[in-house]
Amino acid sequence: MLKFTKDHEWLRIEGDIATVGITPYAQEQLGDLVFVEVPEAGRAVERGAAAAVVESVKAASDVYAPISGEVIAGNAEIVKEPSLVNSDPMGKGWLFKLRIKDAAEIETLMNEDAYQELIG
Amino acid sequence: MSLQPSPAASRPLQRTPLYPLHAKLGARFVPFAGYEMPVQFPAGVLKEHLHTRAAAGLFDVSHMGQLALHPRRSLEDAAVALEALMPIDVLGLEPGRQRYGFFTNSAGGILDDCMIANLGDHLLLVVNAARKDADEAHLRAALSGRCTIERREDRALVALQGPAAEAVLAGLAPALRSMRFMDVRREKILGADCVVSRSGYTGEDGFEISIPAAQAEAFARKLLGDSRVAPVGLGARDSLRLEAGLCLYGSDLDAGTTPVEASLEWAIQKSRRAGGTRAGGFPGSDVILHELATGSARRRVGLRSQGRTPVRGGSTLYPDAQGETPLGRVTSGGFGPSVNAPVAMGYVARSATAPGTVLFADVRGNRVPVEVSALPFVRLNYKRDM
Repeated sequence: MLKFTKDHEWLRIEGDIATVGITPYAQEQLGDLVFVEVPEAGRAVERGAAAAVVESVKAASDVYAPISGEVIAGNAEIVKEPSLVNSDPMGKGWLFKLRIKDAAEIETLMNEDAYQELIG
Repeated sequence: MSLQPSPAASRPLQRTPLYPLHAKLGARFVPFAGYEMPVQFPAGVLKEHLHTRAAAGLFDVSHMGQLALHPRRSLEDAAVALEALMPIDVLGLEPGRQRYGFFTNSAGGILDDCMIANLGDHLLLVVNAARKDADEAHLRAALSGRCTIERREDRALVALQGPAAEAVLAGLAPALRSMRFMDVRREKILGADCVVSRSGYTGEDGFEISIPAAQAEAFARKLLGDSRVAPVGLGARDSLRLEAGLCLYGSDLDAGTTPVEASLEWAIQKSRRAGGTRAGGFPGSDVILHELATGSARRRVGLRSQGRTPVRGGSTLYPDAQGETPLGRVTSGGFGPSVNAPVAMGYVARSATAPGTVLFADVRGNRVPVEVSALPFVRLNYKRDM
């Protein structure tokens, strides 16, 4: 199941695990990424709290946790090679994986059609 | 994540004569100093930056102010009058030459920085877009008795920068090959009456060309028709000037910062210093001459991150990883594509200015180690000799 947020994140939900990244639209708006910081496994994040940082030549942007949960992995590959987020934002460019704390939070996220409508 | 909001302009943004061309080239626009300016083209900031250092980048800087000072009596009289506003040797600036300068206030702070060109029968100042109204008013108030001041809104300003700039521009006007760094001259290019200077804001060899607005697009199209030339936006302009150690007014310089604090003493010629033929006589001369003799309490330095974390303007600098007493502040910073590492500039206490000094920048609550470094971060490729 694929979900989106108004803050231009995507979530791929498989069982009680959510993989989180930024959308193609977001990477396009940010431009070439030069630095990425991802959360460490074991960290508990609350919905809406800054969980990762993506930084382009232009500016740094926080990535907020779209739902609450425990981080089970940050993507070490993109820390080494930030441009993966530009070239494959919904694949190899994922940011972190969460163990979902409250499945009800998923219900409040957007589906793909709603997200496409948001970015126009 | 939060993306920058699309420009919700409180007042209508102005556009340069090259706006339609930028739009056709697929530029992404941002509001900057009241103008709708291209921040990047489809190639993106990294490629635009690297292309400028490898070949040639074309920049639209028409938002900057072009202020002509036409003397009422003589050029010398106008030059002396302008010297009352800045600690610069304007009288000694030869025809066909330009130099860097800045307006100062009574506290020795910098009101704006600019280029001053001697075109033989008048002086031409190029000033920052955000300061051009204030600069014009300042000049009118101080100099109207001795000059007429003409704001050249009828002209565009483009910069062609990079190692291929000479070959490209000389293809249209061969005589420009003989220009040296900071030469300026009138030149007809594609039938347009241009004023060309060999200067720029990237650390590379290059030219800035003032051209009648109506002829700017044809000129830009001609340059872009050369495979060595690519359009470059404000994003790469900023990373290029940062690597070259050049100041951005409003970030690295402001009315509360003196030229000595800003490490710009090199721009104050001997004639305006203590013991010079026209020593002092500019706003804030007491402060600036004193600092030239004794140094300032803080100073602008280069900063290099030891890791990969970019340190941005506004970060507080500390002498240690834990302490609560800051000793400086970052004023510009980001990733330097040619250096291939984060680079920054900032102001630090005099005790911490030695290259190699390790400081700690606060980045999102973490202390990131940075090292004081000589400026510039890249080799300057100016055409100083023929």
